[in-house]
Amino acid sequence: MIIEARRLSRSYGNTLALREADLAVEAGEILAVMGPSGSGKSTLLHCLAGIFTPDSGEVWFGGRRLDTMSDARRTKLRRTAFGFVFQFGQLVPELTVADNVALPLLLGRVRRKEAYARAAGWLERLGLGELGGRRTGQLSGGQAQRVAIARALVLGPRVLFADEPTGALDSLTGEHVMELLVGLAREEGTTVIVVTHDARVAAFADREVIVRDGQVTNPFAGQAVR
Amino acid sequence: MSVPLALLGLLEREPSHGYDLKRDYDTYFGRGKALPFGQVYSTLGRLARDGKVTAGMSEPGDGPDRKRYAITPLGQQQVEEWLSEPVAAEPYLQTVLFTKVVLALMLGRDAAAYLDLQRATHLRRMREFTQIKRTGSLADALLADHGMFHLEADLRWIDVTQARLGALADMVRES
Ligand SMILES: Nc1ncnc2c1ncn2[C@@H]1O[C@H](COP(=O)(O)OP(=O)(O)OP(=O)(O)O)[C@@H](O)[C@H]1O
Ligand SMILES: [Mg+2]
Repeated sequence: MIIEARRLSRSYGNTLALREADLAVEAGEILAVMGPSGSGKSTLLHCLAGIFTPDSGEVWFGGRRLDTMSDARRTKLRRTAFGFVFQFGQLVPELTVADNVALPLLLGRVRRKEAYARAAGWLERLGLGELGGRRTGQLSGGQAQRVAIARALVLGPRVLFADEPTGALDSLTGEHVMELLVGLAREEGTTVIVVTHDARVAAFADREVIVRDGQVTNPFAGQAVR
Repeated sequence: MSVPLALLGLLEREPSHGYDLKRDYDTYFGRGKALPFGQVYSTLGRLARDGKVTAGMSEPGDGPDRKRYAITPLGQQQVEEWLSEPVAAEPYLQTVLFTKVVLALMLGRDAAAYLDLQRATHLRRMREFTQIKRTGSLADALLADHGMFHLEADLRWIDVTQARLGALADMVRES
């Protein structure tokens, strides 16, 4: 088990967004998280990724307790072990495609030349080899999401968290983006947790869990048979 | 289709005459197309022959058939099994899905759990289609897409129905 959540609860003021939610994710698994709007999917994802701390319950990552870790250690872990793809707004529009992908490496003190070489390799794998010099503000939605995937994978994360990564794309483009995301994750052995409303997106996963009223209704469904 | 099971399910509420069964069937499942009396009685006859219902003595009165039908334990078992099994994930299933949901609510079964199971069944088929699209020819991919669009329509219906299950339960119990 690479990620495990036990009885997670989290509220915003009077709104109880998670109520004792359980979830267990195996290493290398591609998991889709589905459920009605407002059911707590994004809150769950943020707790699993250590972006939010739950009010109660436990989050475990690779045998380590995430929710009680110091902020500094959690931030470091998040930067090196986790990758993120959201619906939009994660790229720096004034920077080029290559800059955006190299950025996590540069922040991790990788030398400039090597960072750009590795970024170029990832852009190639995502079919964006030609676009390295383009500003990300000038990309189509599908291209921007592919850049976001390259940036999320460039540090070789153990887990990729995606929240509606195709939510702003038409269905064909969304499928193409998912194919790349899932294909690369499988090649790299990266675990993927993807929140989606879209059954076509969920169909790329090994299994799906449903969040309803702040609870995962089937936290272990389909897991043993893999 | 599911006429025998729908009638069995309606009978599980309480023993009824053929006429009442037909009226309830038309109300919930007929959708503008009434079930012919002949089919009601022939279906009940077959269910009686198979030991799933019993027909009471004819009662005095007008009408072609004044028998009261009651479900047997065998019939109940069949309803139970039918309601807890997901339908195979194929396009054009709306009427069967709807019948199962309404009967589950009528009989106080867990309709939400049934819908969850049906969603999982549909998504499993969607995964198979996705695999075909990745590995098959263009023709295979287009056929898989056709199947997926229909399953997606079912899945949306499942979501919408699940969100309105409370209201549907009220409606079914009121009448
Ligand atoms: N920052 C916030 N402040 C107050 N309430 C919030 C906040 N974020 C989320 N909520 C509430 O918490 C609940 C769960 O929200 P969450 O964003 O996790 O749902 P979701 O399943 O991701 O929904 P969607 O599919 O619409 O993205 C909702 O009732 C929402 O209104
Ligand atoms: Mg959300």
